[in-house]
Amino acid sequence: MPTFYGTEVKNPLLLGTAQYPSPAILADAVRQAEVDVVTVSLRRESGQEKAGQDFWKLIQDLEVKVLPNTAGCHSVKEAVTTAHMAREVFNTSWIKLEVIGEEDTLQPNIFELVEAARILTEDGFQVFPYTTEDLIVAGKLLDAGCEVIMPWGAPIGSGRGLENVTALKTMRAHLPDVPLVVDAGIGLPSHAAEAMELGFDAVLLNTAVAKAGDPAQMAKAFSSAVAAGKAAFNAGPMEPRDMAAPSTPVMGKAFLS
Amino acid sequence: MRIMHNGEAVEVTSETLETILNELGYAETVVATALNGEFIPVSMRENTSLNPGDSIEVLAPMQGG
Repeated sequence: MPTFYGTEVKNPLLLGTAQYPSPAILADAVRQAEVDVVTVSLRRESGQEKAGQDFWKLIQDLEVKVLPNTAGCHSVKEAVTTAHMAREVFNTSWIKLEVIGEEDTLQPNIFELVEAARILTEDGFQVFPYTTEDLIVAGKLLDAGCEVIMPWGAPIGSGRGLENVTALKTMRAHLPDVPLVVDAGIGLPSHAAEAMELGFDAVLLNTAVAKAGDPAQMAKAFSSAVAAGKAAFNAGPMEPRDMAAPSTPVMGKAFLS
Repeated sequence: MRIMHNGEAVEVTSETLETILNELGYAETVVATALNGEFIPVSMRENTSLNPGDSIEVLAPMQGG
């Protein structure tokens, strides 16, 4: 099972908590898929409605690890301040660091991301950076003190799967000892299985489960897929080849023509 | 005095961040606060005085991906 900053996680399926039809359905999905880590966020609270308090109680009752995010932040300052607020509220040093650079793709601004990661690491945070598949950026994030790298599969919420498999494979090969998580863009269990088959340590997704017709059933499907993908990677997949190769032995075949 | 609270102008009579939070209904709630864009930890709230025109953000746990 993956280990992030010394903490072992029981399920490589990390699940977002947004966009579910109801809090009860979210809780059902987390329980049925035996998810161990969920991502959460911070938003403005109303002193009258106190919606966030009910949500926090729901998450606490699930007895899972929380990974707060800095979703929606567009600058180093915004992300760093949000991380500090999250650390106090959620009582964890883990932070999923998002610094968004562009609205159409929600692509990370990798320059600000690296700078924010450096500042937060120096301040004792354990940073999970949401980044692209760029190898040089991954190296800069490691230099900044990150011990986990989370490249995107495809843009957030797109469900397109792993759009740049070659780069993800390269990252895995280049960083054999760094926990790697495919974060964002996964739409189907087969995408999640593919990431695990490449040797990734975990996947992080939200929309694919939350927007499914039956989120709990889909969460279970994803949980099975990551387990299968991980087992396949551990088992050592065959190398693909261009031409057919008979699987049944040719030796000893009867001469019948 | 008039301050900005989560992007909306409000009139408050208290002066410290802690008492203003109580006045705005946040007693006993789990929230994180920022004053004019700077994080203010719980331990600093009672010693943080606000001035007219200051802006506070009061954030709570919420769904996220």
